[in-house]
Amino acid sequence: MEKELAKKISLSINESLKVKKKIGKEVSVAIAEAVAQCKVDVVASYPITPQTHIVEHLADLVNNGELDAEYIPAESEHAAMSACIGAAATGARTFTSTASQGLLLMYENLFIASALRLPIVMVITNRSVSAPISIWNDHSDIMTMRDSGWITIFAENGQEAVDLIYNAYKIAEKALLPVAINIDGFILSHVIEPIEFLDQELVDKYLPPLRMKYKLDPKKPITMGAIGVPEIYTEAKKAQDEALNASYRIIVNAWKEFEKLTGKKYQPIETYQIEDAEVALLIMGSLAETAINAVDLLRKEGKKVGLIRIRLWRPFPLKDFLRAIGKIKALGVVDRAVSHGATGGPVGIEIRSALYQSNKRPRVVNFIAGLSGRDVTVEDFVELFERTYKAINKKPKFSYEIYGVME
Amino acid sequence: MPKDQGLISWKKLAPGMFILEPGNSAKFKTGDWRAFRPVLDKEKCIKCGLCYVFCPDFCYTKDEEGYYISNLYYCKGCGICAQNCPKGAITMVLEEA
Amino acid sequence: MRPELKDFKGFNLKNLPEYEGFAPGHRACQGCGTVLPLKLALKVLGPNTIAVSPTGCMEIISSPFPYTSWKVPWIHVAFENAASVASGIEAAIKVLKRKGKIPKKEKINIVVFAGDGATFDIGLQFLSGALERGHDFIYICLDNEAYMNTGVQRSSATPFGAHTTTSPAGKVIKGQVTWKKNLMGIVVAHNIPYAATASPAFPIDLMNKVKKASLINGPTFLHVFSPCPTGWGCKSEDSILVAKLAVETRIFPLYEVIDGKYVINKLIGHTPIEKSLLGKYGKYVLEKRVTPQKPVEEYFKLQRRFRHLTPEQIKFIQKRVDEEYEKLVKLSEYFGIEE
Repeated sequence: MEKELAKKISLSINESLKVKKKIGKEVSVAIAEAVAQCKVDVVASYPITPQTHIVEHLADLVNNGELDAEYIPAESEHAAMSACIGAAATGARTFTSTASQGLLLMYENLFIASALRLPIVMVITNRSVSAPISIWNDHSDIMTMRDSGWITIFAENGQEAVDLIYNAYKIAEKALLPVAINIDGFILSHVIEPIEFLDQELVDKYLPPLRMKYKLDPKKPITMGAIGVPEIYTEAKKAQDEALNASYRIIVNAWKEFEKLTGKKYQPIETYQIEDAEVALLIMGSLAETAINAVDLLRKEGKKVGLIRIRLWRPFPLKDFLRAIGKIKALGVVDRAVSHGATGGPVGIEIRSALYQSNKRPRVVNFIAGLSGRDVTVEDFVELFERTYKAINKKPKFSYEIYGVME
Repeated sequence: MPKDQGLISWKKLAPGMFILEPGNSAKFKTGDWRAFRPVLDKEKCIKCGLCYVFCPDFCYTKDEEGYYISNLYYCKGCGICAQNCPKGAITMVLEEA
Repeated sequence: MRPELKDFKGFNLKNLPEYEGFAPGHRACQGCGTVLPLKLALKVLGPNTIAVSPTGCMEIISSPFPYTSWKVPWIHVAFENAASVASGIEAAIKVLKRKGKIPKKEKINIVVFAGDGATFDIGLQFLSGALERGHDFIYICLDNEAYMNTGVQRSSATPFGAHTTTSPAGKVIKGQVTWKKNLMGIVVAHNIPYAATASPAFPIDLMNKVKKASLINGPTFLHVFSPCPTGWGCKSEDSILVAKLAVETRIFPLYEVIDGKYVINKLIGHTPIEKSLLGKYGKYVLEKRVTPQKPVEEYFKLQRRFRHLTPEQIKFIQKRVDEEYEKLVKLSEYFGIEE
């Protein structure tokens, strides 16, 4: 009798394992596969470490006839983004990916793409910005585009990166705004992780073909990019601002629909053990997974600590954030970029400004860590938690601190 | 109430501030710019159409008899038509105030 | 003969297309010689066209919100990237046709109307990339020989000796010190199927070249001489006269390069030699007679931007203009169309 039951249980486990197939793939390659599953029309590429594997794999797929798309090997990142703008304006689904210096080179086009309301999807493999030239991972490149009007989302592991690609097109095409998906360069882009792809039928169900009301079409001629005379520029910016704010609802709804389809839940602010926490750290990107280990360690020792992870960076989810911080007494914001001359790192000043909108006043401590691929270990996170604890009673001397620097 | 306000409500703008009406600059009167006006001498005109080809402001249209007549709503009075008429049939006349 | 040009018949004054792709009421200066080639090109290309412009005079005069002069779909992105935007549009149309989202039979012309600043200087990389990748589009450079829209600053298309605000004719240095960049040479080096120079003073020739460029499959380039009375200091009615003189003084020769073979459309000051330079394309040339050459002074004296030129400078310019023209004649002899 027991043997029969055991056999039944093991059979059912095998069945469920068969249904959820996880394939070991390099995350860059997985992202390219997800983009191909989304039936992208135009891919513009320019090589830059560490995103090159993404566009290389897309070139493989196109040239092997597995992806029906036009591949534009542009002559610079500025040209790549310009080509994406042209293609998106004509009603094609577009993709490009870049990092650091490439992102900075296409800078003027970022503002234009969002103001022209074009649903471009870009993957940014976050990498340090020169000088000194560095190919390793931090967030200084993405922090330069805070004002650009792009919907900006962070992935913490390879599976999230793939899921967010499917979501990116859904969100971009509904909100008519470009979307940037951020993954940590090398840390995520070059590692092999078990990835579960959606079945193609599910992708097709979730992502209908792109239909744009206003596009470059000789049957319905329109003028894109007219002069914003002083009598209209303010109104145009207001319209764009409202569109970005309204995209919050679209993003949340898209994630809810994705959860119904796949069971995977994505939220603008993710938390870990925050409910009864006294002290929390706030972090974005893949370092969050290391921080989770530190939280587990400290919880075993009885300390009430938690973690807040920002997934949706722009539009900044103010209400979700204020709800997430609960009753914490101190918040340590871990930045991964420097904003020279400011009162904190980019995330630090954003958080302080957000908190000022409410009556909650946890002590905010701002650390800048993990610049250009410097390791931030579980022990480092434990240290950061300690410092945040100390800050409850004693205000930190400086408004931000670059952590781990050799004096 | 702010003194300097916009042309139209931000809610009425097409997304991306696109202009949806092609060629609507035809509503704008550039004829106010000119100081001289072209006058056609039909006796000399051979209906070659060069005035129509050379006009940068799209002023010339053919009338029923085949003569090309200048549209004074847009004419900026540049004088290209008068200078390039092979028969000298167009003269530029000072616009009355 | 390229297969696409087999059935090509040239235009003449009696059979001009009636279509206008550009509306009146635009804000160009009186006598603007830059908007004229734009008008003629859009006439030829027809309504099935998507136009791209970089920042410049043609963009500013045609799109002050809420007015637009464009009757065809048009996009303006930034200063340097018109060629890349056109590449993106071309790729999108190609793939959308392949996937059946737009009808395959419809030929959609993609044309870039760019100024000389946006082509010779800041946009050179983008032009080179787009030409090298072989996108099927027409790049028309409307060359008014300076950054006119921002107030007449020099560009690398400004001719030697010309006065602009950033190469002024001062007491020590008189005007532009470098020779006009040979953009046609750069473009021809990309081995594109068709490149040509054109001038609004020869409108039928210009329209024929635009038509040929639209028929040919692949990247095509037109370098159009565009007089600017405002920036050049000539009278507004002289735009066409100045353009004609530029050709007749050999300063701006009219020629085509078809698959690397040079064809001079207007022979200035040369007696026809035994081996016809006109070859199979002869019937598209305006005048088979030789046009007598005029001295460069006639061209200079109409424009205030050249009034400071010293006799030495004029002599230098005349010599160099003749040398460049002889080079072109030799190119058409050695790399010309064979009978």
